[in-house]
Amino acid sequence: MRDKVTDEELAKAVASGDGRAFSALLERHYDRIYRLAYGVLGAKADAEDVTQDVCLGLAQKLRGFQGQSRLTTWLHRVVINAARDHIRRSTTRAKTAAQWGEDEINRHAIACEDAAAQDWLQAAMAALSPSLRETVALILGQDCTQGEAAEVLGVSEGTIAWRMSEVKKALATLAAQEMSE
Amino acid sequence: MTDDLDKLRDALQSPPAPDAARRASVMAAAQENFDATQEFATPARPTKDRPHSAGRIWTRMFDMVSNAISRPVLMAGSSLAVLMIAAVVITPMVTKDDLVVHDSSLVGIHNMVTPGTGRERAATDAELAPLAMEPAPAPSDAIAAKRVRQQSEMMEARPAATGNALTTLNQQDTRLMRLDTDNAIAIDDRFPTFEKSGLSVTAETPVSTFSVDVDTTSYALWRMSVLDGYPLPPEAIRVEEMINYFDYAYPAPGSTEVPFTTSVAVTQTPWNPGTRLMQIGIHGYDVAPQDRPPMGLVFLIDTSGSMNDPKKLPLLKKSFSLLLGTLRDEDTVAIVTYAGSAGTVLEPTQAADEAAILGALDRLGAGGSTAGQAGLQQAYGLAETMVEAGQSARVILATDGDFNVGISDPDALRDYVATKRETGVSLSVLGFGRGNYTDTIMQALAQNGNGVAAYIDTLAEAQKVLVEEVTGSLMTIASDVKIQVEFNPAQISEYRLIGYETRALNREDFNDDRVDAGDIGAGHSVTAIYEVTPAGSEAELVDPLRYGTAPDTASDEWAFVKLRYKQPGADESQLIETPVTAGTNGIAPDVVNFATAVAGAARLIRGEDLGDWSLSDAATLAASAQGADPFGHRGEFLRLVRLAAAQSEN
Repeated sequence: MRDKVTDEELAKAVASGDGRAFSALLERHYDRIYRLAYGVLGAKADAEDVTQDVCLGLAQKLRGFQGQSRLTTWLHRVVINAARDHIRRSTTRAKTAAQWGEDEINRHAIACEDAAAQDWLQAAMAALSPSLRETVALILGQDCTQGEAAEVLGVSEGTIAWRMSEVKKALATLAAQEMSE
Repeated sequence: MTDDLDKLRDALQSPPAPDAARRASVMAAAQENFDATQEFATPARPTKDRPHSAGRIWTRMFDMVSNAISRPVLMAGSSLAVLMIAAVVITPMVTKDDLVVHDSSLVGIHNMVTPGTGRERAATDAELAPLAMEPAPAPSDAIAAKRVRQQSEMMEARPAATGNALTTLNQQDTRLMRLDTDNAIAIDDRFPTFEKSGLSVTAETPVSTFSVDVDTTSYALWRMSVLDGYPLPPEAIRVEEMINYFDYAYPAPGSTEVPFTTSVAVTQTPWNPGTRLMQIGIHGYDVAPQDRPPMGLVFLIDTSGSMNDPKKLPLLKKSFSLLLGTLRDEDTVAIVTYAGSAGTVLEPTQAADEAAILGALDRLGAGGSTAGQAGLQQAYGLAETMVEAGQSARVILATDGDFNVGISDPDALRDYVATKRETGVSLSVLGFGRGNYTDTIMQALAQNGNGVAAYIDTLAEAQKVLVEEVTGSLMTIASDVKIQVEFNPAQISEYRLIGYETRALNREDFNDDRVDAGDIGAGHSVTAIYEVTPAGSEAELVDPLRYGTAPDTASDEWAFVKLRYKQPGADESQLIETPVTAGTNGIAPDVVNFATAVAGAARLIRGEDLGDWSLSDAATLAASAQGADPFGHRGEFLRLVRLAAAQSEN
């Protein structure tokens, strides 16, 4: 955090109607929201859409934040839910799994400074199921602990640990494929 | 391997940078939303003027909002006029209370579509009109999503005032999409606490009160979603509407003096060995078709361009010809259409003259935009002549929801329907077609018009609503039906009402005859299921209070069920009371098991966690409880659940 005020204090100030606190909170978390949405969805445009949805709904939704969990945990959950809705609306899950980042490849691969790394990311993420993508987006993308990720996704820590081992397996398979090509 | 994880971490932590301009405009719009919530925040209202069971989705938003600290009311004076237009596009007729919530979401919609610009706000009726002229098949969600994106990209280039129908169409999609998004987010707000808020601790809140609901829309929507494979937000599933789709053959009342029977049964919960299910079934007396008084029906048929779809006008025509077959010769039928201008297609005609009626139906064609209000007025005019002729009259509105031209004041229209109800003309609403986002209006209109809202997706559904249940749909036998259950804390430590979230009433509203509630038609049955936790069960989720009030252990009753209703037209309510014990077993096992299967499946479909219990288990339970199933509805449910189970495994 850049200053001493915690997220939770900011949220309290927002609840009491402090517009500057709200603006500070947005400023502080916009990129986090976008990054998580990107991790789950894999396309800049989709991630920006979801970020927009989350931000515009935030004023109302913050009223439901009771402070039982950390604000970031709560926010992660909001983003994950919004991203799931986005996926549900845009296509079936099966299709999304196949298309992770497809738009992104087309639009940004050329412009991307590190096209190879992005290609690898596309391939890696496409190899993961939606629940695994959510898990890595939280654990790796947001540096969440397994406990936090478990709370956000509403599953047990054991499940998160298992999913991470599945991720490692999937990456190993991918690496093996690359070797053989 | 760890290297791969690190690589993935680096990639995920440095995604392509978000667009700076969009970031700024989103943040500005979000801030605007925040300011709006602050400026107009008002304390929660008393329940009495809550929109009774109107606009379900919006009611949910309402619930979500009212659970929070205070109720944001976002109707900003300066943008009111424009917001009303948007409200007309999406939900032309809403109650005043609904409108408040709509507008709060529409502020978001506008901002979302054009953050930081005022262009969208310049949209006018004229600009929106072309929409209705274009046949507008529901775009696939993927296409719609792309359009949203294109829309935001086109924003800068698009001229401020455009007459381009395609662009306008995109805007419409965008709005609908966004509306949906907003809605979905709002409901997800409950995600972390939904289970808990559904659970009540008997020692704290021993009394549960709700209004009955005989609508079945959710079931038809779900069926369409399973069969067509298009996604349905889980929030669209109202568990009670799934359960109440089926006829459970509860015992019929002996006389019309007490118009209901109340049946209760307690059974084991299939998904939780520590809890029990308490099923309450209410059955209204049935009226044989030959015993019902002669009736006047005015079909008010939407023939706007958007109805030009095999699942709309053609299905509607077939449905009404089915209905004709169930009418008595003395009944009269009239037809009014509305599209562009409203017109009477068939003057009141005796049902015996089938050829004339079928001929008029046959000649209907879709085209033009929708002049709903004028159509409604003409239909009511005809219905009133029927009332003068001594018949009870009902307007049956059939539409895909494009009730969007010519309505300047939704509030006045709502009142109009309610006033006409007083003169003896009631209103039922039949929804047709896919991508119908106006469930809200249909419900609100039917509720205000003392009628039933149903959704017709197939001819089989038309058969069910218009033939099998015709007397129930056309003849109300009791109004303002409320149920209150008091649990005995000595026996039951926790309980959860499955479904009816949008129908909750305050405890004190039960005895308050001024508080409106749902109506029941002839032969209708209503089923409510509580999941209860016997005191001391391992399934208790909340620890007992150390200093709690000592419960009265003298009674072995589990609960006391009270039902209030009014005879049609009466102002004072009547009371029916039924005690429940652990051994209460007044419903046939097949009926209980089937209702349980539907309730469990509905909870799974809307994303609730029932432990190891899956849709396959629901299918097994439903298969074991098919009963006689004369119309095949239970069999259809079984097939759909199996299909849904297979889909969810993929």
